[in-house]
Amino acid sequence: MTTDTATPPAATPPGAGQTAGAASSKSKRKRVPYLLLLPGGIWLIMFYVIPMIQLAGVSLQEGSFQTGYRFTWAWGNYSAAFTAFGGHFIRSILYAGTATLLALLIGYPLAYAIAFRGGRYRNLLLILVLMPFLTPFLLRTLAWKVILADSGWVVGVLQSIGIIAENGRLLATGWAGVAGITYNFLAFMTLPIYVSLEKIDPSLIEAAQDLYSNSRTAFRKVTLPLSRPGIVAGTLLTLIPASGDFVNAQLLGNPQQLMIGNVIDSRFLRIVDYPTAAALSFTLMVAILLIVIPYVRAVGTEDLVA
Amino acid sequence: MDAVAALAARSGMDRREFLKRLGLTGALLTGGPALLAACGVDTAETTTTAAAVGSTTTSAAPMSTELNFANWPFYIDVLEDGWFDTTSLDDFMEATGISVNYFEEINDNDEFFGKYQAPLSQGQNIGRDIAVLTDWMAARFIRLGWTEELNYDNIPNAVNLVEALKSPGFDSTRKYTLPWQSGLTALGYDPNATGRELTSINDIFDPAFAGKVTMLTEMRDTMGLVMLGMDIDPATATVDDAKAATDKMQKAVDDGQIRAFTGNEYTADLASGDAWVSFAWSGDVIQLQADNPDLKFVVPEEGAMLWSDNMLIPKGAENKQNAEIYMNDVYDPRVAAKIESWVNFICPVKGAQQAMRDLGAEIEDEELVALADDPLIFPSDADLAKTHIIKDLNEDEETEWNTLFQAVLGA
Repeated sequence: MTTDTATPPAATPPGAGQTAGAASSKSKRKRVPYLLLLPGGIWLIMFYVIPMIQLAGVSLQEGSFQTGYRFTWAWGNYSAAFTAFGGHFIRSILYAGTATLLALLIGYPLAYAIAFRGGRYRNLLLILVLMPFLTPFLLRTLAWKVILADSGWVVGVLQSIGIIAENGRLLATGWAGVAGITYNFLAFMTLPIYVSLEKIDPSLIEAAQDLYSNSRTAFRKVTLPLSRPGIVAGTLLTLIPASGDFVNAQLLGNPQQLMIGNVIDSRFLRIVDYPTAAALSFTLMVAILLIVIPYVRAVGTEDLVA
Repeated sequence: MDAVAALAARSGMDRREFLKRLGLTGALLTGGPALLAACGVDTAETTTTAAAVGSTTTSAAPMSTELNFANWPFYIDVLEDGWFDTTSLDDFMEATGISVNYFEEINDNDEFFGKYQAPLSQGQNIGRDIAVLTDWMAARFIRLGWTEELNYDNIPNAVNLVEALKSPGFDSTRKYTLPWQSGLTALGYDPNATGRELTSINDIFDPAFAGKVTMLTEMRDTMGLVMLGMDIDPATATVDDAKAATDKMQKAVDDGQIRAFTGNEYTADLASGDAWVSFAWSGDVIQLQADNPDLKFVVPEEGAMLWSDNMLIPKGAENKQNAEIYMNDVYDPRVAAKIESWVNFICPVKGAQQAMRDLGAEIEDEELVALADDPLIFPSDADLAKTHIIKDLNEDEETEWNTLFQAVLGA
């Protein structure tokens, strides 16, 4: 792939032609990467590995809050949870997938425009992308209730051009939920793509044009492949949290179209049924990994890992 | 994310790797609810450190002058939109020298429980000296032994508690709790949209309002009202009754009658016209009427639900006596009237109605005097006779009812 041309070769071949006196500095150098990994590693162990083990433990418990939970290898929690809420799982993944696609369709051109046409306004435009994040998530979502209100102009326009029925509505539908997710995660899509695009050496595109490719081919053969890491990161950053989201479905959706995040929230907080909540969370995580790992392998690996 | 962009940009060579890792980190983050769940099971280390921290702070400050007060948003008088130059909290701090740290952190009984259940079940104090919780959650706290007994020697004003609230099922002698506010749950609606006056709970099921109806996510309020509409007494309802009520709601959900189950955000729906009829809390509607005087809150012929939010002292509170001194202050009718003038729910303090008239006369404000005659803030005995209190559910019933109700909510 062309990408490799942008990567300079490793600075110094390690240890080549060095005397025995350099041995200690060599071992020190070996240790440095591990030391650098330490903060992140500790963070991961504290906030990911340990909770994960606890979560797995809770998901196999039986009992109630008042009488206490006992660990009994209650695998039945998983089958019961999946039987009862399989539909919610499928809906979550469909909604998150649709929202990710929409965010990509909106975010890529946006990032492209900022990276290549932004000029001196680039930073300003980036700030504008981030600006909504200065408002709390909940308020941003509630603002959509105003925008999509039954008597608001958006619904009015869509009604007058016949896209939604005369007495139809946008709020309290699955679409409003998907739109909310798309909006709330758009920056997570846009920024990684922007980072990828912004790093592309314009001379590569010029070179493509010198080799008689028109601008469309240059985009397809140079820009798009070079921005692929950004697309991969962006889709993951959107798809994954979106699958577990419950705020958008709660505020913009309706009781027939809630997502798995709502069920986890309900089991955990309202019914105080921690084992089922844990089993659902674990299942969701596994489901997402089952989607993400093949995706990363198929799309992302060849010049990402090599 | 700005930090991510900057980091990625700076790390040049490893950028792609970085981005990919970033994506995978996203995968870990989905464990959000998972992490929450895991917090429930805490380790022994945290217990000891927290206890150690606790003991150092107490030994450093033997004479406590603090009070940590956890309450719901918009649930105490503030200067903005208020009638007075000082707030009741200002007055209290001035008079007693106790500094109150006021936390507007309770948005939801269940969330508050989820947030603090881990430390409380391990006997740690949660850094709050008063928490205001709805009847059923207060009942759960008492059941779990997470409350301190009130020392009434410090709360002589408690004699002003209205008769109707003196002995609720969950705390029959008010050993652990004192009401902060009470309120009614009934019908809120916009007569301009409905085109008619509503008089019955079952008007909410009128097909003419399909898709323009909201109910509350608060299980006891919604179940209670639906049961009243079905001629079931919520005070003695069985699980079968609960099942009948949820069946009725489920049908309304399937028919598209019910647009959403909401927390406080139904007020925005009523104001915007997205909802025409809602199960509503009395104080909210009084506040909404300031912007839209047409909105109505009606106690239907079948009756309304009466609930209270109660002050209680979480187990191990460091400033228990200050909490009691504060409770005493709140049960002074003049203080209660001042709070009530802003909050607009139902005042549990005898004499507050007269105190509000007096205060209104003192600041020469006729509106405040008139507010004292608002039947939603100081309901007549006849009105109160139409109210119902939902049964005190035991843990099994609570789980069964919740499971039924959550299924209707779609989760």
